Amino acid sequence: MQKNAYFKGLTIPLLLLLPQLAITIVFFYWPASQAVWQSFLLEDAFGTSTEFVWFENYTELFSRPEYFKAFVNTVIFSSFVCVLSLSIALLFAVMADRQIRGAEVYKTLLIWPYAVAPAVAGVLWLFMFDPSLGMLARGLQSLGIAWNPRLNGNHAMLLVILAATWKQISYNFLFFLAGLQAIPKSVIEAAVIDGARPMRRFWTIVFPLLSPTTFFLLTVNIVYVFFDTFGIIDTVTGGGPSGATQTLVYKVWADGKGGTDLGGSAAQSVILLVMVIGMTAIQFRFIERKVSY
Amino acid sequence: MAQVTLTHVKKVYAGGVEAVKGVSFDIPDGGFCVLVGPSGCGKSTLLRMVAGLETISAGEVSIGNRVVNQIEPADRDIAMVFQNYALYPHMSVYDNMAYGLRNRGTPKDEIEKRVAEAARILAIEPFMQRRPRQLSGGQRQRVAMGRAIVRKPQVFLFDEPLSNLDAKLRVQMRVEIKKLQRALGVTSIYVTHDQVEAMTLSDKLVVMNGGQVEQIGVPSEVYRKPASKFVATFIGSPPMNILPATIDGPGIVALGDAILEARDLQQDLAAGTKVEVGLRPEDIEIVTEGQAGSLPFDVEFIEELGATQLFHGQLSGLPFVMQAATGEVAAQPGRLWITVDPDRVHVFDATSGTRLGRA
Ligand SMILES: Nc1ncnc2c1ncn2[C@@H]1O[C@H](COP(=O)(O)OP(=O)(O)OP(=O)(O)O)[C@@H](O)[C@H]1O
Ligand SMILES: [Mg+2]
Repeated sequence: MQKNAYFKGLTIPLLLLLPQLAITIVFFYWPASQAVWQSFLLEDAFGTSTEFVWFENYTELFSRPEYFKAFVNTVIFSSFVCVLSLSIALLFAVMADRQIRGAEVYKTLLIWPYAVAPAVAGVLWLFMFDPSLGMLARGLQSLGIAWNPRLNGNHAMLLVILAATWKQISYNFLFFLAGLQAIPKSVIEAAVIDGARPMRRFWTIVFPLLSPTTFFLLTVNIVYVFFDTFGIIDTVTGGGPSGATQTLVYKVWADGKGGTDLGGSAAQSVILLVMVIGMTAIQFRFIERKVSY
Repeated sequence: MAQVTLTHVKKVYAGGVEAVKGVSFDIPDGGFCVLVGPSGCGKSTLLRMVAGLETISAGEVSIGNRVVNQIEPADRDIAMVFQNYALYPHMSVYDNMAYGLRNRGTPKDEIEKRVAEAARILAIEPFMQRRPRQLSGGQRQRVAMGRAIVRKPQVFLFDEPLSNLDAKLRVQMRVEIKKLQRALGVTSIYVTHDQVEAMTLSDKLVVMNGGQVEQIGVPSEVYRKPASKFVATFIGSPPMNILPATIDGPGIVALGDAILEARDLQQDLAAGTKVEVGLRPEDIEIVTEGQAGSLPFDVEFIEELGATQLFHGQLSGLPFVMQAATGEVAAQPGRLWITVDPDRVHVFDATSGTRLGRA
């Protein structure tokens, strides 16, 4: 059975693909190949001479403990943000799906954070939890918690996790809600009559039927925490205190910023790229097989 | 097993739509009750109240002498077959059927036994490991039936289960559902807007219109003595002809110049009262021209149905249809003289549409 329309020859398909191809080449393949090339070069501090050094930038990177620390930070940060933003968004979506009165208002309010720029979101959380100015920080302090994200690395990490999660919940919520509303009502009713209590119904019917949505969101969220959270980290903690919230992508920027270590920075971004490609490939190969029904 | 009783059941939806306006009837243990009526008359709403999927605004539903108004659907001991089947798309056929039993903690070997038996009855054994999307409409329908019968419930509820099937399969499944229900002896409520399904399946027929019951009875009785003009035109295909008439005397109605005897007509009606007369297309008899009391019928065109033919035309200026066995009447346009057996003449009140029958 063939459902797709066919074009004869190559000209029309190529023309149709051209804009997409052009964008991908200009904004992805070209910079990516530049980064790969850069990662094999060593440039002196004044940019006057460059030398081709093979994998020296890489070996040097792996010998540095800060790089290993940034790696651990990234794992902690990404896992928490993904798990929290997905599960909280799912909870909200399930609640909104129950057609309660005021559901529309509730939905609209939940969608707002998505329209906030990452840096603005960062500033918002920074103020709320600022040890001397922030309302919430004072609340914590009055509870006897010595809250200070400027000095305490764990506090700083918690703060960026919260800010990044908050920012992503609304996006996930929208997709989960659409996914929930696409489940036929009669299937749920059949399960009700079949004696499945709400919790069991959720785990045996709703959650499996949502899995294509969950899978899609997981991929999107991983890319989000790896790359898009840069703005939040930069405004909230600037990677500090003493590198406690420095993630891999933040380190790429920090190291490349002064132009002091372009080769090392390029090597880092290549590693990051390979990691994301690897994870996405794994997801598509193994998880997607399970989610199709 | 259980009988089902509905007492003054009402449903008002949020927003004020009164979908069911006080319905009462009961179904004996093992009975097959069909709810039939036009779209939007509240059939599904009524069924869903019995299932527990809609709250009951007023009145009482009881299953096997237990009032179930406040009881969860899962605890009402019912099974439902939905119009779109509502199979669990991510589960195999086997798991679809086993799900309800697993939720109730039925032992594994008992589940296997029951599912295997249902699969055998419904002839779906070859598909047990497939997903619903890998089945045809008819096979899905069987799985939905299987999911209902493995539970061995007290009541089966069907909401237009055959309306997504093609005509031929529909006839076949209709017969199978009837056989299955007989064999299992489970009390059933079946919703449809197809009057052929309604007539053939039910041993108790409930005709609904606008949220109210128009008539309850065994199908042959509903067909022979429709309680209202609505029922008369809804049950029977092609629908009954309705003609304006006046009372001419006890048991006699006049249609223009022609006279018809109606044996079931209420006796004490004043002559000249305006009424409506109902004549079924299949009850029309041809008589020789000029026979006393006969009606002139001008045939315009003929529809072939195979075993029978439909004669369309006009009777004193109004559209009229007659059905006759093929070959019995010459199939050509022209004037025919007709009459109807006095036992088969139905008379209805011209305004309210209720049957003017003998008490
Ligand atoms: N959830 C609801 N909220 C408000 N009104 C509803 C709701 N569900 C049904 N109705 C209304 O109640 C009436 C009866 O609906 P119901 O679904 O019972 O009809 P039905 O007889 O099953 O029709 P059909 O043959 O088309 O399935 C209709 O007027 C419908 O618009
Ligand atoms: Mg309906």
